[in-house]
Amino acid sequence: MNYVTVIGLEVHAELSTKTKIYCSCKNSFGSEVNSNCCPVCTGMPGTLPTLNEKVVEYAVKMGYALGCKINNVCKSDRKNYFYPDLPKAYQISQFDIPLCEHGYVDAIIDEEGNTKRIGVTRIHIEEDAGKIIHADPYPGKSLVDFNRCGVPLIEIVSEPDMRSSAEARAYLETIRSILQYLDISDCKMQEGSIRCDVNVSVHPEGSDKFGTRCEMKNVNGFSNVVAAIDYEAKRQIEILEAGGTIQQETRRWDAATGTNQLLRSKEDAQDYRYFPEPDLLTIVVDEDRLEELKNEIPELPNVKLKRYMTQYGLPYFDANLLTENVDKAKFFEDCMALERCQPKNVSNWLLGDVSRILNEKNIGLDKTSLTPDKLCDMIALIEKKTISNTAGKTVLEEIIFSDKTADDVVKEKGLAQISDSSALEGIVQQVLEANAKVVADYKGGKSNALGFLVGQCMRLSKGQGNPTVMRELLLKALG
Amino acid sequence: MNLFEYSAGELHKKLLAKECSAVEITESVLERIDACEEKVGAYLTVTGEQAKAAAAKVDAKIAAGEEIHPLAGIPMGIKDNICTKGVTTTCASKMLYNFVPPYNATVMDKLEGVDAVMIGKLNMDEFAMGSSCENSHFKLTHNPRALDRVPGGSSGGSAAAVAAGEAVVTLGSDTGGSIRQPAACCGIIGLKPTYGSVSRYGLVAFASSLDQIGPMGRTVEDVANLYSIICGRDPMDATSARREYPDFAAQISGDVQGMRIGLPKEYFGPGVEEGVRAAVMDSIHTLERKGAKVVELSLPSTDYALSAYYIISSAEASSNLARFDGVKYGYRAEGYTSLTDMYERTRSEGFGDEVKRRIMLGTFVLSSGYYDAYYNRAKLLQKTIAEEFTAAFEQCDIIATPTTPTTAFRLGENVGDPLKMYASDICTVTVNIAGLPAISLPCGMVDGLPAGLQLIGPRFSEGRLFNVSRVLEQERGGLCAVAAL
Repeated sequence: MNYVTVIGLEVHAELSTKTKIYCSCKNSFGSEVNSNCCPVCTGMPGTLPTLNEKVVEYAVKMGYALGCKINNVCKSDRKNYFYPDLPKAYQISQFDIPLCEHGYVDAIIDEEGNTKRIGVTRIHIEEDAGKIIHADPYPGKSLVDFNRCGVPLIEIVSEPDMRSSAEARAYLETIRSILQYLDISDCKMQEGSIRCDVNVSVHPEGSDKFGTRCEMKNVNGFSNVVAAIDYEAKRQIEILEAGGTIQQETRRWDAATGTNQLLRSKEDAQDYRYFPEPDLLTIVVDEDRLEELKNEIPELPNVKLKRYMTQYGLPYFDANLLTENVDKAKFFEDCMALERCQPKNVSNWLLGDVSRILNEKNIGLDKTSLTPDKLCDMIALIEKKTISNTAGKTVLEEIIFSDKTADDVVKEKGLAQISDSSALEGIVQQVLEANAKVVADYKGGKSNALGFLVGQCMRLSKGQGNPTVMRELLLKALG
Repeated sequence: MNLFEYSAGELHKKLLAKECSAVEITESVLERIDACEEKVGAYLTVTGEQAKAAAAKVDAKIAAGEEIHPLAGIPMGIKDNICTKGVTTTCASKMLYNFVPPYNATVMDKLEGVDAVMIGKLNMDEFAMGSSCENSHFKLTHNPRALDRVPGGSSGGSAAAVAAGEAVVTLGSDTGGSIRQPAACCGIIGLKPTYGSVSRYGLVAFASSLDQIGPMGRTVEDVANLYSIICGRDPMDATSARREYPDFAAQISGDVQGMRIGLPKEYFGPGVEEGVRAAVMDSIHTLERKGAKVVELSLPSTDYALSAYYIISSAEASSNLARFDGVKYGYRAEGYTSLTDMYERTRSEGFGDEVKRRIMLGTFVLSSGYYDAYYNRAKLLQKTIAEEFTAAFEQCDIIATPTTPTTAFRLGENVGDPLKMYASDICTVTVNIAGLPAISLPCGMVDGLPAGLQLIGPRFSEGRLFNVSRVLEQERGGLCAVAAL
């Protein structure tokens, strides 16, 4: 029998506000253990939380980005449970009235740019807990690091709309890129700034009734999410195939073994005894501020990606890489606004040699002297065949960290392309004489030998020879 | 008269006139503590050396000709649920027997700012849960007016210290009557301020939506002065009101001409002792003679207030007290075998019976399946009670009731009967539920024990409460005398 897998995700993303959600401690990662905490975020007796309004604003932005209804009058609630990393023994969260609800994500699910709409049930704000450390030099003891206590989180709860681990991954990648576009989260997976609770159920194909779901908590990293879903779906299908039934339960994903184990069954489910947080006031975002926040939302990466494919005719690969970060996308669009060269050529240069140079130096575009104007001038010279592609590389190296323009470099280095065949015939002749064996190969049927010969001609012309003309001359000479 | 017997107002005049030094005042109070603490048992910690050093600082200021605040150099006691930097803050619980806060409550910063002298930390019912001070883990406090009687609670130590002359003024906290009821029992003045007027930062929370810190003393002026210092917006407390406050002591006019005094019939029912009722009515008649008018009215939901109070306060307490888990500070049980076992043993051994009773009650009413039946209904009732007060204050300017239905009971008398103990809060809890200010004043003696009059006003009407109180204080002959011990 074939089964349908149904997946819902709860994504916890740390927000990158300057300070924590309920105190004035810095919101930063990597401080010395228990050095970035205070009486408030460690829940010392008598201390009180005060809400960082930036957290609300960041969450509202995410809400708008996901097409949510914003509950601009809402409240904070206490979620009560005992654990050593939770110093107040309750987490301040939101229960029945989340800040944002009823939204969606159009996740791009294939390389044709097709999207699937995944419903977003709600987005609420809450505080992170600390970290338990089981480590030397205290064998048999557990230690607690409270630095992470009070780091602001948003929890984004999806509808059970995903049907494969690939869709789940696409959804997560879209969520991540939106968080980055809004500049509200660092999205550093290894620092745990995005964590996931994964809900999975399976049911026979053709049935319209969902199966019983199991939840896996705190799955870190997208590839773990994919592995956890595939493992859990397989586990459930095996139980059903063997005539068993699925019990609703919470399971712990073990990334090291790639398996999961029972954490607690439904009967042991915790009663969090939610009630309104009496230490905090009703959260109110006034209409004017809402409008301002709404206007701050940029074109989202998934929308932009699709537009690049349709408007500029770029393949998915290019569109995806160009929209990966806001700066690169803006640079590309500024180039397009100049209407001086072909989108695909600009994309090739940006994703090719420009990216290579940036990667080598480990810097961003903003640390170079390259402007859309300078880059397009250079590409236009190639498109007009004033210089060759090879010469273009030389030009780029010269202009990227200086005030020079492409024209300056072409003049200075004499890179202008030579298309006059009488000036190139000598070079062709030299190459043919020096490569008698290759010529023989070509004549013997190895047509790709031609490329080599063109390359040799280019080299001899110091990149200035027009490759098309060279090719024609070679073909003519080779009969 | 010894220095410890004077009011803060009189001591301030003496300091300005150089009739005594601040150190002498502090020494007088410390000597009084030495002399009678064995009988009274108001203090959990006495910070004598620190107090003398703080007093010496005030003397230096006076000597240098600097202006001093009316509370500068005045010895005051602090309830032991208010965090004092570097000084043990136990909430009278085994759970916090060794807890030394590395921070001050906002009110302590304010008091230090005017050079008030903290003389020590005062006994209370554990985590402010109780009406007799008998729920303290550490000691019993005796009523200085009758040593075989309770001082009331939960701020029993704060009331007893003032009545015994072991402090000139004190701070208490009031969640359901914990300042007013002991003030009435000990024959002194205690103010429960409007919710949101005094910062709760650093007050170890019992029921966050009801708790308020408030002043206790032997004159209306002292109470008003102390209140003027501790009130005000605090950015560290989101529930503190954004508003400006006057200098209350300077504004007391002592005029009640034309004022309408509301008498809600539900507060004068059969549960109120005849002697207490007569004493309260005496004060009402005094106010009438001074030009006030009496308006009879009804607050019909009063009968349900006690239930609503115990549901809301216990629900919040069950969550607020969850942090005492043995992980970070305070008591931790020994010999545990697992994390859960550590939690269970620590909390079983660290909390007293009354605290555990309320945690269980609060946990129950918040549980899934019971939340709507209890917590939600109590919150609805809270709204109704507040609305009834709002309507009542259209007919009157101030409401007068007994503070407690009886005078102080005997030590041990109600220990085995929690419901009877809870009933002593019947006249006071509505004020917390509605977030209103109320003051308790001595209104005469019944069989040798003080009775208390409670005056309730609309939100932020403390000035009005002080005015009416001043009229009664003058009639009674001024300062509440220190108990003869």
